[in-house]
Amino acid sequence: MEISYSLLLILLPLLSGVVTATSPANVAKSVARLSSLITFGIFVLMLQGFVADASWQYTYETPWIQDLGISFKLGLDGISLIPLLLTTLLVPIILNTIRLSDYGRPSVLLGLILMMQAGLATVFLARSAFLFYLGWEAALIPIFFISGMFGGELRQQVTLKFFIYTVAGSLLMLLALIYIFAHTTGPARDDFEVMAGVARSFDGTVQCWLFWGLFAAFAIKMPLFPFHTWQPDAYAVSPAPGTMMLSGIMLKMGVYGVLRWLLPLVPLGVAENKELVLLLSVIGIVYGSIIAVKQSDIKRIVAYSSFAHVGLMSAAMFSLTLSGLTGTLIQMLSHGVTVVGLFFVVEHVERSLGRREVGSLGGLTKDSAAFSIYFMVMLLGSVALPLTSGFVGEFMMLYGLSEYNLYLALFAGATVIFSAVYMLRMFQTVLLGQKLDTDASLRPLNLGENIALVSLCVLVFWIGIYPSPFLQLVEPAVEKLLAQAVAQ
Amino acid sequence: MIAIGLLSLLGILVLFMGMITGRKGIIGATSFSILLALAGVFYEIRNPEALEAAYASAYMNGMMEMGTASGLFAAVILTCGLIIVPFAKAYERQEHAQLAEYCALMLWAMAGAVMMVTYRNLIMLFVGLEILSISVYILTGSDKRNVRSNEAALKYFLMGSFATGILLFGFALIYGSAGSFYLDQMAGPDLFSGQDIPVDLRMAGMVLVIIGLLFKVSAAPFHFWTPDVYEGAPTVFTAFMSTVVKTAGFAALLIFLEAFSTLFDHIFWFQILAVSTVLTLLIGNLLALVQSSFKRMLAYSGISHAGYMLIALLAFSADTVNNLLFYSLSYGLATATAFGVLILVGNRHQTEGLDPLRGLGKDEPLLAFILTVALASLGGIPLTAGFVGKLFIFSDALSNPAILAISVVAIIMSTVSVYYYFKVVAAMYMSDKVAPGRVQVSLGQQVALWGATAGTFALGLAPGILRLFL
Repeated sequence: MEISYSLLLILLPLLSGVVTATSPANVAKSVARLSSLITFGIFVLMLQGFVADASWQYTYETPWIQDLGISFKLGLDGISLIPLLLTTLLVPIILNTIRLSDYGRPSVLLGLILMMQAGLATVFLARSAFLFYLGWEAALIPIFFISGMFGGELRQQVTLKFFIYTVAGSLLMLLALIYIFAHTTGPARDDFEVMAGVARSFDGTVQCWLFWGLFAAFAIKMPLFPFHTWQPDAYAVSPAPGTMMLSGIMLKMGVYGVLRWLLPLVPLGVAENKELVLLLSVIGIVYGSIIAVKQSDIKRIVAYSSFAHVGLMSAAMFSLTLSGLTGTLIQMLSHGVTVVGLFFVVEHVERSLGRREVGSLGGLTKDSAAFSIYFMVMLLGSVALPLTSGFVGEFMMLYGLSEYNLYLALFAGATVIFSAVYMLRMFQTVLLGQKLDTDASLRPLNLGENIALVSLCVLVFWIGIYPSPFLQLVEPAVEKLLAQAVAQ
Repeated sequence: MIAIGLLSLLGILVLFMGMITGRKGIIGATSFSILLALAGVFYEIRNPEALEAAYASAYMNGMMEMGTASGLFAAVILTCGLIIVPFAKAYERQEHAQLAEYCALMLWAMAGAVMMVTYRNLIMLFVGLEILSISVYILTGSDKRNVRSNEAALKYFLMGSFATGILLFGFALIYGSAGSFYLDQMAGPDLFSGQDIPVDLRMAGMVLVIIGLLFKVSAAPFHFWTPDVYEGAPTVFTAFMSTVVKTAGFAALLIFLEAFSTLFDHIFWFQILAVSTVLTLLIGNLLALVQSSFKRMLAYSGISHAGYMLIALLAFSADTVNNLLFYSLSYGLATATAFGVLILVGNRHQTEGLDPLRGLGKDEPLLAFILTVALASLGGIPLTAGFVGKLFIFSDALSNPAILAISVVAIIMSTVSVYYYFKVVAAMYMSDKVAPGRVQVSLGQQVALWGATAGTFALGLAPGILRLFL
């Protein structure tokens, strides 16, 4: 029997997640790291055989709920490639940054992260609507427990709020998906192409309703202004690995959802509502940036910065230009890498010194030069300095946006300027200057953390200096998507 | 009909067994009786020809009929009973409890429930309903020294009798205009005069019967008895009521509506049910939201699930039977499990509210896991049976434009329900307070809980496995 790589990307993390969660901490650690590396290895193999055209590759299908004509279909194309790369790449890195002694029941934490990876892989590989929805929720359940069981103060309230917010969005999406599904016919009715065909045949009014149903889920997940109120609290309260999973990968579910399940399905709805979405995105960018400047909690600075950056991604997507969409995909990768690095920095400071207020930190560069370099690289990637990953993505996104509307692009460009302000200020107050207390210092980085951070730094520069492999992989798929999203 | 016979006779045996052995072995005997009845049901579903030959096409002059759908409803009812019975175990140690009587009454109640899902004649519906109801009235009041149990029993009895009266009045009107109690003749001409007469009387009768049955399934606005009765009754019997009675009631309602489907434009009862559906969804979910007691929350959640099942009825298509069956099963498994865990942890901690559950994730990870799965299923989270059940119902409903708005309400209310279910999950895993005391779980209870949890997952992942039972 031929083994499907796609299926392995889901099953391996799922099974090892169950094993990990139920084994003792030391075994769990090895199992988790090993399985995440193998998963990444499998993905690299897939990447090697990937042909850069707009087709589905590594497909796997089997009937699932036959009475309803629901199928289990997996596949990889240029658009799902990037978030999947991000998932398989970041999970081993995130696992490497976890110190077992920091958590009460570390094997459960590691197991939940792997199970979440399985859910995320399902979302990015799903080619049928209900499988997508299943993955969407399956990724949410583990993070609910990660934040709720290992989080900080007020974790119960914050996690519930986050959970309900996202579930509300998901259910609206489900309603829209079922509505489309109820109008399809045939044996594999919930296939992406079948669903898209039916959805595109609806008139403008229906497409508008469907747009809002689907958009609600994606906007809450990203999150977009004004659906973001769960996000800063959830990021601040979650334990570092949870925050990394949330911001590094889970946020991309929303972006990917728009690309895969919104733009091609309801082009009339998109055309009708895109001005409003663009406006919300740009408001989010400016609003998030201003709040980030005002924050004193460094974890919240990174959280709001992430909120502002995702606003730019959304604006670029809805500009419906080739460079905007390609830029969004590249930025997905870049943002994932840098935000995980930044949250690691925050976590490391907090674990070492027990606080994360801007005023209470200073002079940490004296403790560890390597740490300062890692921080600097992540920061530069995040503020989009040329030759770093952020620059490629943000440049393409802003260029695409300016093709659509120059003034929007000008406002959206505020992300870059503002992020330089709050990020550099954060770097300055945390690392430079006088050390505030001499008895407490940064704990030394261990091997796993060093490996994780070096890999992140390599990625920041690789994407920044030589992005063309990534661009070539995604371009045909993006062109096809654009044709679907605009053509009438 | 093997099931009805077995349940009635074995009920009597269990009762006498109680006189001989006291409390020992009663639960095992009861579970075994239910298993026998279940086997009887499947024997009948799988061998219709053999039985037809033996009974010349129909039992009791065709007043009851065990078809595939009826048989599966009976199977759902018996499965729920099978899960719940082991949780009566606490009575084995209680001085004043009459375990044999309770178990016999549960068996008889299930016999009544099976009649309610197999009737082809309104008389049989009435008889079945009364056998079920009277048994459950007694079970509700079985905690004789507890004022609230007494209050619940009295309330249930009074309200229930009233509803039965309405139902019977409806039967009378239908009989007066159709000249028959047989469902096959509901849509035909009047048997007395042999002529087609105006259907107004039958419509009036139908409305009364629908109201009577809506009362039994605790749909709004006939739900007022539910929270008090569910809360006051001993938890084992609450679990029994909220699964067995509800499934039987919905199956009876479906069979009743099907009998009339050729007579009227279905718009006629659609409006009545539509109003009830929306009210049920809103009242059930919004009031569940504000409950502090887990048991009372489950009572309101039971009301809210009646709302989803009513949507299945509203769609009234060829798939309605399957949808209702699947939903009843997924709801039954999850509800029985949730009540089961509540009974177990309630024993260690005698307070209301969420307190007994706090910190359960650390104390009893397996129980907490089981309850989490059950609540996720009730909330309709994917990977569980509850999600697939809702998917079936909504994909049927959304192809019908008339139910679109109600479906939107239902989806929004689902979000609300996720909140109150996951508030419990959060209390189990995320609060520091740990209630004292270990939880004793007997072998039978473990089998029941794990069986139901496995069922919930299996139905959520591969609903097609139900075909194996056909």
